[in-house]
Amino acid sequence: MKQAYAWSAIAAIVLASTTGDVLLSRAMKQVGDVGALWRQSGLWTLLGRVLRNPNFLLGVLAMTAAFYSLLFGLSWGDVSLIAPASASLTFVTNAIAARIFLHERVDHRRWMAAVLVAGGVVLLAA
Amino acid sequence: MTPRKYLVLAGVTLCASIGDSLLSRGMKQVGNISLNHLHDLILAVLNPSVALGILLLLGFFASYMTALSWADLTYVLPATSLGYVLLTLIAKFYLHEAVTTSRWIGILLISAGVGFVTQGPALTHHPANAQPLERGRETASAAGRNDERHAMENKR
Repeated sequence: MKQAYAWSAIAAIVLASTTGDVLLSRAMKQVGDVGALWRQSGLWTLLGRVLRNPNFLLGVLAMTAAFYSLLFGLSWGDVSLIAPASASLTFVTNAIAARIFLHERVDHRRWMAAVLVAGGVVLLAA
Repeated sequence: MTPRKYLVLAGVTLCASIGDSLLSRGMKQVGNISLNHLHDLILAVLNPSVALGILLLLGFFASYMTALSWADLTYVLPATSLGYVLLTLIAKFYLHEAVTTSRWIGILLISAGVGFVTQGPALTHHPANAQPLERGRETASAAGRNDERHAMENKR
């Protein structure tokens, strides 16, 4: 039962954090370069623009779901299973989602990076 | 990529790895949470380790958002995965834990992945509807967008 809880938590973390990452990335691309905006129009304008972005708010909601799934998972499984399993799967799902939803050019180099990092994360926990 | 941007990526890396390990320590102190007592999850933030972990994760969030404002998701994520390597090195040299061969291979793989992605461009898709005053750009011709992208790549 402990295992079932742990793996459901991992699935929930991966789904929620991929959704969150894609939404947040889209939001920040719409906002534009944060450093330049801060210099041009100040911190409050920048914060207002970020906080009023619907994608940002939805992304934060998804990330909150991922965070609570992580806490829930950590209370059931070892951190050496939950953290690397969810992190390494998220690298791969994010590469797929970024290609489909964000139209990023995920070339061989980026696929290699995602797979190498995912594999490395698994080995670190072994 | 400017030195300041590498500094932001370093901030993402450091805050995420230290914050996560604090959360893990805190949740082990809190103990198992059952589905019947989900409200315990909310009370868990009162644990000092969890609270400090959350504070660091807020720092992570700010630097992560900053990085995403000028780089692709598929660039930022692998580039900041050096945090795992950092945690293992801290375990080895600071906490004097034994680091197995498979962990060293893991470190090697992650470092190679980071090397791969950071050699390429940080931004491959420049959204046409970027604010501020340029909403009309959504209708701009594809050729115009390509020019923009070339200009951005040249800047780097």
